[in-house]
Amino acid sequence: MDNFADKLGLMLASLVLFAAVIGAVLLVVSLVERRGGKRVAWYFVGPTVLLLLVGLIYPALSTIWSSFKDATGSTFVGLDNYTQIFTSSDDLIVLRNTVLWVVLTPIVATLVGLVYAIIVDGARGEAVAKALIFLPMAISFVGASIIWKFMYEYRSYDPSVQNNPAQIGLINQIIVWLGGTPQQFLINSPWNNLFLIVVMIWIQAGFAMTILSAAIKAIPSDMVEAARLDGVSTWGMFRFITVPAIRPTLVVVLTTIAIGCLKVFDIVRTMTGGNYNTSVVANEFFDQSFSAGNEGLGAALAVLLFVLVIPIVVYNVRTLRKAEQR
Amino acid sequence: MSTVDPAEISIDDVPTGLAAPKAGPSALRAADAAHKRLSRPWASLAAVILAVVWTLPTFGLLISSFRPEQDINDTGWWTVLSNPTFTLDNYREVLGSESTSSLAPFIVNSIVITIPAVVIPILIASLAAYAFAWMRFRGRNLLFVGVFALQVVPIQVTLIPLLSLYVKAGIAGSFWSVWISHTMFALPLAVFLLHNFMREIPSELIEAARVDGAGHVTIFFRLMLPILKPALAAFGIYQFLWVWNDLLVALTFAGSSNEVAPMTVALFNLTGQRGNAWYLLTAGAFVSIIVPLVVFLSLQRYFVRGLLAGSVKG
Repeated sequence: MDNFADKLGLMLASLVLFAAVIGAVLLVVSLVERRGGKRVAWYFVGPTVLLLLVGLIYPALSTIWSSFKDATGSTFVGLDNYTQIFTSSDDLIVLRNTVLWVVLTPIVATLVGLVYAIIVDGARGEAVAKALIFLPMAISFVGASIIWKFMYEYRSYDPSVQNNPAQIGLINQIIVWLGGTPQQFLINSPWNNLFLIVVMIWIQAGFAMTILSAAIKAIPSDMVEAARLDGVSTWGMFRFITVPAIRPTLVVVLTTIAIGCLKVFDIVRTMTGGNYNTSVVANEFFDQSFSAGNEGLGAALAVLLFVLVIPIVVYNVRTLRKAEQR
Repeated sequence: MSTVDPAEISIDDVPTGLAAPKAGPSALRAADAAHKRLSRPWASLAAVILAVVWTLPTFGLLISSFRPEQDINDTGWWTVLSNPTFTLDNYREVLGSESTSSLAPFIVNSIVITIPAVVIPILIASLAAYAFAWMRFRGRNLLFVGVFALQVVPIQVTLIPLLSLYVKAGIAGSFWSVWISHTMFALPLAVFLLHNFMREIPSELIEAARVDGAGHVTIFFRLMLPILKPALAAFGIYQFLWVWNDLLVALTFAGSSNEVAPMTVALFNLTGQRGNAWYLLTAGAFVSIIVPLVVFLSLQRYFVRGLLAGSVKG
């Protein structure tokens, strides 16, 4: 357990060092201020600006530069890496999978979250009901992947034999109970992609539900009241009152989940490692950069992520702006 | 208004567009209407089914983690109803210091990684946020928009160049590289959110302090930090979950060294190398899950607010 003490010691040392640096900076600020110094603000923003220059701006530019170079980063190859992403059959599957993730997950997760938020809104036990759906949000993607790998677990099954081993994965057991044949959910392509996406939906539905629930509670009561007096049906309420009223929030939830899906890595990495045609851009980036040793292609994939995120974020920010101006 | 009650300033006041106007008495009526809706049996049924479907996977993992290795491999966890045999062996194996598959060192690594990776960015970001909110200097708006815009940079874009920087600096594969990385990645969102909170504080308060001769450092520590406690807690929890649950950053900067790698990396490796060792995987996964779950259950209020606030993170 010496090791344990060493590590904690290192952690405390880092915190003390950090406090000392910040303390020194602020001490200088106080002195400068007392002398009527002008550039005080720069001491406040300095650490942030410095860290962002080193940690985000320089690396991003460097990666963009590498994406135009070959596998070892020595020769300039123009757009070859990008051409490869959009032409090689392996990479096209990666792109197809990423599109599946980005389209399916936000829609289904938001739908589940919205329906659930409406159903439990104001009901007795609302807090508990919400917590149950929300709990997966606190679980790491790796943990969630293990949970679902266990759900999908498959034991060899031969319908012509009497004594098949018992299924230990709940889903295959349910299939057996219903008289079906157990499936290798994570191996059978292309359906395995959907079963990976289920994990993300399971995690994100709680997020959607929490945020949409807050928005639903904020719908002005006179609006709801007037519609009710007019005899609007439940579906009509949903379609013409609830959805229009929370539209900006819906957009934010959809785009936020979409961005998360664009960068999804942990789930694919843990459950299939990107095998069986389940790889996505973020996973392929990792493979190319760290296993396959193709730095140029890896960089191009990272830049592709970057480029794909931008329009979604811009749309998101504009929706927020509009909502704020109301 | 000359003074501000810290309790009055909460994340609800952030103009994210998500923040709701207060529901007031209408909430009661809405709740009543919803109750009527729920009294319809199909709606209740749908809610119950969804809740069960969402809970069962975790429940199955929890049950399995207490079952003997042989039982897990031979029978489904739902058979515990007819054959209830439980053991703590899996947890002894996972937590014990002498077993080879022990995850205990990785739990320590997770803690050692997470605490500085939460504390450091919050303090650095709140300094910057204070300057952006309450100090005048040239290029302020441009710089602020720049910091905000950096939220769109995906972490993937930065990994390889950062790794070579760390190698040059001689800190590759150490805690330092992980702490620094998490700090840098957290800053754009942290600065943006904390700036929004700080702008909510009435300017009279700051001006009064200035008139009394307080410098910016004093105002920052004596006035801002205490008022911002709920906001700092909200972002802190968000960042805590982000770091504790992170795989990508850990795998890239600490993955090669068992001395530094956190729980997520250890579990990831375990899944790859011993994917059928369910007695280890179930107990290990539950150990890694329990910390954020406890945080969630005990600090649910802040947790949800942090999530609402962090939802724009690119």
